Amino acid sequence: MSIDTETARRVAKLARIRVEDDALPGLAQEFNAILGFIEQLSEVDVDGIEPMTSVTPQRLFRRDDLVTDGDQQDKVLENAPDAREGFFAVPKVVE
Amino acid sequence: MIMSDLTKLTIAAARDALRRGDVTSAELTQSCLAAIDGADALNAFVHKTPEVATAQAASADDRIKSGEAPDLCGIPLGIKDLFCTKGVPSQAASRILDGFKPEYESTVTTQLFEQGAVMLGKLNMDEFAMGSSNETSVYGDAVNPWRDGQTQLTPGGSSGGSASAVAADLCLGATGTDTGGSIRQPAAFTGITGIKPTYGRVSRWGIVAFASSLDQAGPMTKDVRDSAILLRAMAGFDPKDSTSADIPVPDFEAALTGDIKGKVIGIPKEYRMDGMPAEIEKLWSDGTAMLRDAGAEIRDISLPHTKYALPAYYVIAPAEASSNLARYDGVRFGHRAKLEQGDGITEMYEKTRAEGFGDEVKRRVMVGTYVLSAGFYDAYYNRARRVRALIKRDFDQVFAEGVDAILTPATPSSAFGLGTMAEADPISMYLNDVFTVTVNLAGLPGISVPAGLDAKGLPLGLQLIGRPWEEADLLNVAYSLERAAGFVAKPDRWW
Repeated sequence: MSIDTETARRVAKLARIRVEDDALPGLAQEFNAILGFIEQLSEVDVDGIEPMTSVTPQRLFRRDDLVTDGDQQDKVLENAPDAREGFFAVPKVVE
Repeated sequence: MIMSDLTKLTIAAARDALRRGDVTSAELTQSCLAAIDGADALNAFVHKTPEVATAQAASADDRIKSGEAPDLCGIPLGIKDLFCTKGVPSQAASRILDGFKPEYESTVTTQLFEQGAVMLGKLNMDEFAMGSSNETSVYGDAVNPWRDGQTQLTPGGSSGGSASAVAADLCLGATGTDTGGSIRQPAAFTGITGIKPTYGRVSRWGIVAFASSLDQAGPMTKDVRDSAILLRAMAGFDPKDSTSADIPVPDFEAALTGDIKGKVIGIPKEYRMDGMPAEIEKLWSDGTAMLRDAGAEIRDISLPHTKYALPAYYVIAPAEASSNLARYDGVRFGHRAKLEQGDGITEMYEKTRAEGFGDEVKRRVMVGTYVLSAGFYDAYYNRARRVRALIKRDFDQVFAEGVDAILTPATPSSAFGLGTMAEADPISMYLNDVFTVTVNLAGLPGISVPAGLDAKGLPLGLQLIGRPWEEADLLNVAYSLERAAGFVAKPDRWW
C-alpha cells in the first residue's frame, strides 16, 4: 500500500509533529521506502502464532497498592519550561 | 607508572594496582580527565564532569585504604548520555531535552556509584539511541579513533561516544545501551568488547526509553574480563523496573576459565548473506576454527526466520518509540517552542516536537504512529509481534537441541566514513544491524569481540549469542575466542 501526501499529513498530525506542506511529498516517499521494506513480513506464515507480549516468560512484577513516594513537588516541577504556583503551565486549552 | 599510560589500563589491572597501592584513583582520574581534554576532536565526551569525578575519586581512595573496596571502586568510567544522572545534563543527544538535569539517578549509575565508580562525564550517542553511526546526535558526530588513511570514520552507533572513548583510552570502561545492536556494532567498529545482556538482567529505570521491550544496558570495555566485571556491577533485580528479573547475578569474572571443551557452537547458515564481503566471511571461518581448536564442537544450524528480523524490528521499535516519545510535549521538561499569539496547546505540541526532534527521530515516531493507527495495527504491529515470536522460537529450538552459543559476524563491514551514508535511503543504514537485531527480538545475551583487521587495517568483530541468563557461560566462550584471536591492535593517535 502506498502512502500519499494526505496520509503523510494525517500521520504527522497524529504524531503531533509539525511538518510544512513542502516537506510532505518527501516524507511520504520515505514512508513508502520503509513500508516497502516492512512489507516482506506478509510472506511469513503466522497462522496460530500468538503475538509476543513479553520476551521472557514472566509476569510483570507487581507491588502492593501503597503510597511509597511523594512530597516532591519542587523536584517534579524543577525542569518544567513553565511552572507557576505549584503547577505546570500550558497555553489555553479550553476556549 | 607514567601518568599518560594509566588511561590504557584495563579495569582489572587498575583494580589490582589500586588495591596494591601502586596508584590512586585520584591519579587514574586526573590522567583520564587530561586525556579527555586532549581528545575534543573525537567528540566522545559531550558533558565533562571533572568536579564530580574528582570528588568521587577522593572518596574511593579513602574506601580503598580501608580495605573494603568493591571491584569498581576508584575506576573512572564514561556514562552514555541516555542514562539519567542527578544534577548532570542527560539529554539523550536530543535538542528536545536541552537543559534537562534529572532530579534522580538511574538504577545503573546508582549501583556503579555505590560501588565506588568514578564518572568522568556523559558520552555522545545517536539521538534517542536511534542510529548506527552517531550522526543523528545534537552534539554532532562522534569520531572513531581509527582512521582509513586521512578519512574520518564513524565509531558506529548508537553508543558511538562510548566506543570511541574506550578505544581511545579516555576512560577505563563505559556504559552503553543496545536496542538493535547499539553496543555490539560500535564495539566491533572500534576494536573493543561489548555485551548486551539478557533482557531483564539490567534495570532500565532512569535510562531514557527508546523501545522498551528491546532496550538493555551493558558494558563497553577493553576486553572480555572487564565486561564481566562491569556487567556484574550493572546487573541485578530492581523493583522499579517491572521487567527486571529477580534472578541472582553470578560472579561473571570467576566463570572465565577459558575452558570450552565439549561446548557446542552453532553456525547459522542464514547469516551467510548474499554479497557478504570475503573479509567478513574469512573472519567468521577463522573464528569458527579457533573455537574448534579450543575443543568446542562446531555444528551447522538453521534459524529460518532470520531475514524477517530487521523488518519486524522496524515495526516494533518505531511503534514503541512513538509511544515512549509522546512524553516530550514541552510541558514537564526540556524544550518548549516559542508560541505565536493565539497558539493553543496543539500548536505547542506540534511546534515543540518539530523543533526538538531530529529527522531520524521524527521519521521513526511517525512510522510508529502509522503502524499503530486504526486499520493498520493488525497488518503491521500484530504481524510483526507474531514474526518476533517465530524468531525467538528459532533460537529456543537450537538451544533445546544442545547448542551452547552461536557464532556470527558482528557487522556486515568495518567502520564506514562519516557522511558517506547521508544520501542513502534509511534502509541502507538499518542494514548495519542485520546480525545483531535478532538477539534483541529474542531477548538473548550477545557479545561482540574484536577478532581481526580488514585490508584497510580497521577492526572487525565477531558476535557470540548465548542462552538466556547464561551470560557467564557466554563470557567464557568469548574469553576463549579473545585469547585465540589475540587482538592487540590500537589506533595511532592523531587527535
